[in-house]
Amino acid sequence: MDESILSPRDFDSHPAYVYPPYRSSVKRGPTLPLIPLKEKLRNQHAPVYGTDDLGALDHDLTRNAAKNGAPLGERIIVTGRVLDEGGKPVRNTLVEIWQANAAGRYVHKQDQHDAPLDPNFLGAGRAITDNDGRYRFLTIKPGAYPWGNHPNAWRPNHIHFSLFGDYFGSRLVTQMYFPGDPLLAFDPIYQGTPENARERLISRFSLDTTEEGFALGYEFDIVLRGPNQTPTER
Amino acid sequence: MALKETPSQTVGPYFAYGLCPQQYDFDYKSLFTPDMAGPETPGEHITLIGRVIDGDGNPVFDAMLEFSQVDANGRYPASREAIAQNGFRGFARVGTGTDEQQRFIVRTVKPGSENAGEAPHVNVIVMMRGLLTHAFTRIYFEDEAAANAEDPVLAAVPAARRDTLIARRSEQAGSIVYQFDIRMQGEQETVFFDL
Repeated sequence: MDESILSPRDFDSHPAYVYPPYRSSVKRGPTLPLIPLKEKLRNQHAPVYGTDDLGALDHDLTRNAAKNGAPLGERIIVTGRVLDEGGKPVRNTLVEIWQANAAGRYVHKQDQHDAPLDPNFLGAGRAITDNDGRYRFLTIKPGAYPWGNHPNAWRPNHIHFSLFGDYFGSRLVTQMYFPGDPLLAFDPIYQGTPENARERLISRFSLDTTEEGFALGYEFDIVLRGPNQTPTER
Repeated sequence: MALKETPSQTVGPYFAYGLCPQQYDFDYKSLFTPDMAGPETPGEHITLIGRVIDGDGNPVFDAMLEFSQVDANGRYPASREAIAQNGFRGFARVGTGTDEQQRFIVRTVKPGSENAGEAPHVNVIVMMRGLLTHAFTRIYFEDEAAANAEDPVLAAVPAARRDTLIARRSEQAGSIVYQFDIRMQGEQETVFFDL
């Protein structure tokens, strides 16, 4: 019987629950110590799904909500590999994304930012990784938007990512940022991430991924928790 | 172990159209729904109902929760074919933004025991704006007192805090409801696990 467990969540890589510069964390983050729960991998399950659950255009945000034309904005390719900490590709795993449109406006009804909606853009997509753990999206570069956390607060351009990996405990929800964004220095969500880990959230511009005459390419690899391969060290 | 984990970031306030679009009436198929089981699933049909409460005592209207559990026989669904056969998905996703009282409402069957000596429970992931890293908790059942007393995970929780993990059973309009509020802070702060 497989008795292995997941490698411990590396809390040096993740933001603390309460980070006061990010105002809404103050009343929402747990304050008491977490209780250790070393559940065996054979008891940890990700949900069941398959490529048949996805629509043919789910990975193409420039077309999956088009009504009467193409969405406005700069077309980009966002691709990368999902790996575990041992460097092994995480195959057949779901990657869900959502984002603002080129003007910095979300479709969500609560977003009242005075910027236009785009009738041809929803901003949601999903893909399942291939045998190399690779996913690929075609989308529009999201705009920055104001969010009221502090005076003149603007979120840097970002795309939200949601992944399961192979286990209940490998769940990850994160955000991908763009290289060279001047707003990163002022963003408490990005700055709330431990300094040595932050740069892992920034995608890499890639001329190899960029397609001639069509779209710029960004690479964003994602590392999920994997089976604990060095139990004797802990 | 060469690679470092990608850091978590908050799910933010605008997840609905991407992660639970149909629940929020967006024109995009939901991959996961608040229904963990279908009407044809064998077992005792129950509804899990609760709210997420912040440190000021206010219900959170923009939380997203995910639930995972075994069926009445203690098994997770093995395949999409198995789900098609008995309607048991073993996984639910729900936002708190569509109910007037900011409740989550999840229809399921009461889980069996996954392993000998373990009390029936539901695994929960909690996300919301303001939570930079998601939190894990569990729902145990009030009417399983004997099994709860033997459960090794509950035993590792300080006795004074165990109560925060127990759902209360009642009958409402002919259906079995388990009430389970998740308190992020305060005297009754829910136990969260380092899974």
